[in-house]
Amino acid sequence: MQIGKAVVKKNHLIKVLVSLLTFVGAPTSTLAGSEDLVVEGAWARASIGTSRPGAAYMSIRNTGDTPVTIVGLATPIAQMSEIHETRTNAEGVSSMSSAGEITIEPGQNVALEPGGLHAMLMRLQSPMQEGESFPLTLKFDNGSTVEIVVPILGIAARGPSE
Amino acid sequence: MAATAALLYIGLLLRPDSVSENERTASDSPFFAEFELTDHRGMVQTQRDFSGRWMLIFFGFTNCPDICPTTLSEVAAVMEGLGGEAEKVQPIFITIDRERDSPMVLSQYVEQFEAGIIGLTGTANQMAAISDSFPIFFERNEEASAPGGYTMSHTSNLFLFDPQAGYSTSWPYGTSAEEILADLQERI
Repeated sequence: MQIGKAVVKKNHLIKVLVSLLTFVGAPTSTLAGSEDLVVEGAWARASIGTSRPGAAYMSIRNTGDTPVTIVGLATPIAQMSEIHETRTNAEGVSSMSSAGEITIEPGQNVALEPGGLHAMLMRLQSPMQEGESFPLTLKFDNGSTVEIVVPILGIAARGPSE
Repeated sequence: MAATAALLYIGLLLRPDSVSENERTASDSPFFAEFELTDHRGMVQTQRDFSGRWMLIFFGFTNCPDICPTTLSEVAAVMEGLGGEAEKVQPIFITIDRERDSPMVLSQYVEQFEAGIIGLTGTANQMAAISDSFPIFFERNEEASAPGGYTMSHTSNLFLFDPQAGYSTSWPYGTSAEEILADLQERI
């Protein structure tokens, strides 16, 4: 996506663009603290109150020349958040577990998308309501952090384009 | 009074078996959906309550934040895509996590998809019967980081049953709403 590439040179303009895009509910791309990590297409589904976990999806690209590992997530809306992975075996049985640390090689992209990796948001502090958004911080092993704003779509949303 | 009661009794005696016989001869399906569960409105439901309609059944649990809402969102898109034919199809979500998914929890869940999905849960015995009557697998996995300390593994196929409750087909997780819709429209 062009927005991510242009961030370093035209930071201010991009921030304005990003706010506009956020306003209309389009995928966001925001950088803070690392120029080599581009997060795009973030979205989450509305939650059922606060007693059920939420999930957020996005794509994380490493545009630098060294591998980077995601070591943690943080958001004020959940007491605990981590990347989980759903796996479906040959018999069609799906299960979910913590994905551990995820390393992104230079030039590579990691997709958090339905049925695979997702940011699992547990012990929600407030319900995730359609039309709202929340900040999510991704922490990397090189000490950098990237903060993004995740728009909340309806519970029946199928992706960021809707 | 006695005559009415007798007729009612005969009716009750005949009804389940005769319907069942008709169901079985009308369809050459490899197996039939059979269940007695409580829906998200607190009403007992069996496959006979959906007789005459196709049933689109998904097994999952409401603490599942990824593939369950993903599949139900596909189901909602399929139902919307059916347009006027939607009344021929009843989408059903059967929880495999009866400990956490009461009818009230299910009503908070299924109604959000605005697709007329019926949520079903049951007693331990009723759930055990479900695993005998459907070709599904589910189990509890202890997972310290999960809400409540556990998560569930479960069959994630979406099943289709014909108007006689006979198995028609199933789609593996990840089949798009468009593919399901096209397949479904050919069948119904």
